[in-house]
Amino acid sequence: MNAPLVRGRIAVRAVLAAVLAGLAACGDAPQEGAKAPKKADAKAWDGGPSPAFRAEGWTAGDRASWEQQLRQRGQQQNEYQRTQ
Amino acid sequence: MARMKFICDAERCIECNGCVTACKAEHEVPWGVNRRRVVTMGDGQPGERSISVACMHCSDAPCMAVCPVDCFYRTDEGVVLHDKDICIGCGYCSYACPFGAPQFPTNGTFGLRGKMDKCTFCAGGPEANGSHEEFEKYGSNRLAEGKLPACAEMCSTKALLGGDGDVVADIFRTRVLNRGKGSEVWGWGTAYGKPGGAAKTGAGQS
Repeated sequence: MNAPLVRGRIAVRAVLAAVLAGLAACGDAPQEGAKAPKKADAKAWDGGPSPAFRAEGWTAGDRASWEQQLRQRGQQQNEYQRTQ
Repeated sequence: MARMKFICDAERCIECNGCVTACKAEHEVPWGVNRRRVVTMGDGQPGERSISVACMHCSDAPCMAVCPVDCFYRTDEGVVLHDKDICIGCGYCSYACPFGAPQFPTNGTFGLRGKMDKCTFCAGGPEANGSHEEFEKYGSNRLAEGKLPACAEMCSTKALLGGDGDVVADIFRTRVLNRGKGSEVWGWGTAYGKPGGAAKTGAGQS
């Protein structure tokens, strides 16, 4: 067999092997830790699905009326006002 | 609206544990988990004081800072809540919290530590407001019903106040100004009157 031809084939195979080895990392799947998705919480003033347990005096979805409702309800803890 | 806050008036708390009971009943909190509890200092000694303690919904919450999986979040009203689907039950928040608020349900032979549970200011969690899933994980969502936390609303002596920080501070300020301070509040003179005088009675007392 022709010696230069054999050496050429070996050289080509060596180059191909080196190229493949160099590209091996390119097929690696990303390994960064994925952060658990945080759920978006619904706003309290949107109210629940059922009005059965909802306190009277405010409108679900209306932030201003909800805040006013909580302020008024908070004042029920004030006996100086309740006894007047 | 200001931030949602709790404050407990040590002069009024009578250690009845009504707040603890209200919380456990409202949220069906499991045995061994106390989202709220009453702490007494100088128990049995003259001048003992009790306060009701739970999550204080800190403005710069240490539990949020140390959580390795970032499961905490803060609502627009300043209520610190967490997502139990993200919590891994590591317990870092428990070490970081100065109030001992984070609780861990233990069950099984080896006392397995479950996901963290704590006071939600009766604001539920990230599940849909008033849903069955929310109740199962976090208890009821009274804020979404236009109500304040059950513990504060149930307090018989109104020692525990909860709600809009401005309102709560205003109530407490009025109270302190009316009742005075120091020996005017508690002591022999208040209970039995000063020598040659009668015991204090009437509207000035609280």
